[in-house]
Amino acid sequence: MTTITTETPIIAVVPGRPFGLVRHSLVMARRSLIKTMRTPEQLLDVTLQPIIFIVLFVYLLGGAIAGSRHDYLQFLLPALLVQNVLFASAPTGVSLNTDIKTGVFDRFRSLPIGRSAPLIGGVLGDMIRFVVAIVVMLGFGYALGFRFGTNPLAVVAACLLVMFLAFSFSWMFVLLGMLVREPGAVQGLGFVIMFPLTFGTNVLVPTNTLPGWLQAWVKVNPVADAMQAARGLMVGGPVLDAVVKTLLWSVGILAVFAPLAVRAYRRKT
Amino acid sequence: MSFAFQATGLVKRFGRTTALAGVDLAAEPGTVLGVLGPNGAGKTTAVRILATLLRPDAGTAVVGGYDVVKHPAAVRRISGLTGQFASVDEDLTGTENLVLIGQLLDLRRGEAKSRAAGLLADFDLTEAADRPVKTYSGGMRRRLDLAASLVGRPAIVYLDEPTTGLDPAKREDVWNMVRAQVREGTTVLLTTQYLEEADALADKISVIDHGKVIAHGTPAQLKHIVGGQTISVRPADPAHLDAVSVILAGTTKGQVESRGRGVLSVPVDDAKVLGTVIRQLEQAGIDVIELSLHLPSLDEVFFTLTRGTEKKQEVAA
Repeated sequence: MTTITTETPIIAVVPGRPFGLVRHSLVMARRSLIKTMRTPEQLLDVTLQPIIFIVLFVYLLGGAIAGSRHDYLQFLLPALLVQNVLFASAPTGVSLNTDIKTGVFDRFRSLPIGRSAPLIGGVLGDMIRFVVAIVVMLGFGYALGFRFGTNPLAVVAACLLVMFLAFSFSWMFVLLGMLVREPGAVQGLGFVIMFPLTFGTNVLVPTNTLPGWLQAWVKVNPVADAMQAARGLMVGGPVLDAVVKTLLWSVGILAVFAPLAVRAYRRKT
Repeated sequence: MSFAFQATGLVKRFGRTTALAGVDLAAEPGTVLGVLGPNGAGKTTAVRILATLLRPDAGTAVVGGYDVVKHPAAVRRISGLTGQFASVDEDLTGTENLVLIGQLLDLRRGEAKSRAAGLLADFDLTEAADRPVKTYSGGMRRRLDLAASLVGRPAIVYLDEPTTGLDPAKREDVWNMVRAQVREGTTVLLTTQYLEEADALADKISVIDHGKVIAHGTPAQLKHIVGGQTISVRPADPAHLDAVSVILAGTTKGQVESRGRGVLSVPVDDAKVLGTVIRQLEQAGIDVIELSLHLPSLDEVFFTLTRGTEKKQEVAA
């Protein structure tokens, strides 16, 4: 063909309003929230599951481990909170994996919005799940006799810290969701990652009762730091070191996985 | 001449499969380009490149004067896409879907809402506006989908098989909506497997097969590729078929064929023969219930062009 395709604008493009990425991400987050509210059964893993965990561990192990169920609840609940909020971050990867296969994601790709907006929106919208998990666990824990040993500000700080770590974790699962073909596989891999991270800690028993190799793992496991920080901020005890480590890990995980996830999404067609 | 969109020499491979092997497509502003071809011919791939969803391996595509690879954001702002599968969110209501898109297109919430209400009214969906899309029928989804691609008042609209799976009445509705858009100056690229659809809507048609454009022209030009016009006659009394056959053979030089039960057809070089045929039928006292002079259908054109390499596409009843 000898046709020369010249590039001369013949249709005027009206530029978009500023702060597009922020606005578009929030619009997408709202979409995700509406969808969650329409299918509340999606919230079972952040409502029923944490309650089962609390009941299971407190009544099954509490007597044997701590001698007193109340003491064990005080020890267990902040760490269990960290675990369950982190669990709640995995389904974001599953739902985005399903979502991007539907035609509506084609439409999003054909719109003049940032490539990361649908992902950021999905992650932000799913943060409602963290909030639900926290409210359910603190409420149920309170009913069983759990009492804060610090001030409300410290408790709020603990909740925000846990949510920030879970937000960073979400990006790991978003990346998985982009790389893996089947939603089921994302879920399976999610368990494989989450179990050593959340149970390989002092969630159930003090670190000094663990064998040496496991103690070594607990020392480098960011989730163990987060649990330590949550215990300190909710019940009392040293917090600074654990909080700083948790924040650094969260920023690090976010800085690595969020760009990788966006890149993987761009490559998917 | 300036084109609303122009693709030149597009090549796209997926692994070993060559989806596009050098495709040229172009449409002047305010016209409809029909892209006709069987399943797997490369229609959707070409649309996805023009809509910036895929990058071509070779060739260029310019939409509204903007290169799809260099300035995808500009292309996205001036074009709208309705994909082959309904690209609306099942869990959201009709209104929510359109408002969402409006906001992603930088309309303010109030503007997005009024635009959504207007489009829902245009597409006869006002009553269903507040129901989740999963309760919609296939035709309603298609209409919402079409409405969704128009939220930003795009100058160029890509419709990838917009009526696949719709019954004829619903198809007619979609056609009317497309015509309304074109009247307002929108340029449309329409892919279809339905020859009837391309014939009804397109100003120009590009026929694609095996990733190549095998013919391009107006519907009338394409029909001429296959041959001239045909006269068909159906006598009221089938007993007169032989007499009709003699008349047709005498007035034209073509081969008289029986097309279906009770109809005879003959190709003609000159449309004026029709008058002669009518007079002779009258003189012989033969009543006819059907008499026509027509160009070959695009069905036949397509079949001829692809030389039967593909099974003839089923044209939905």
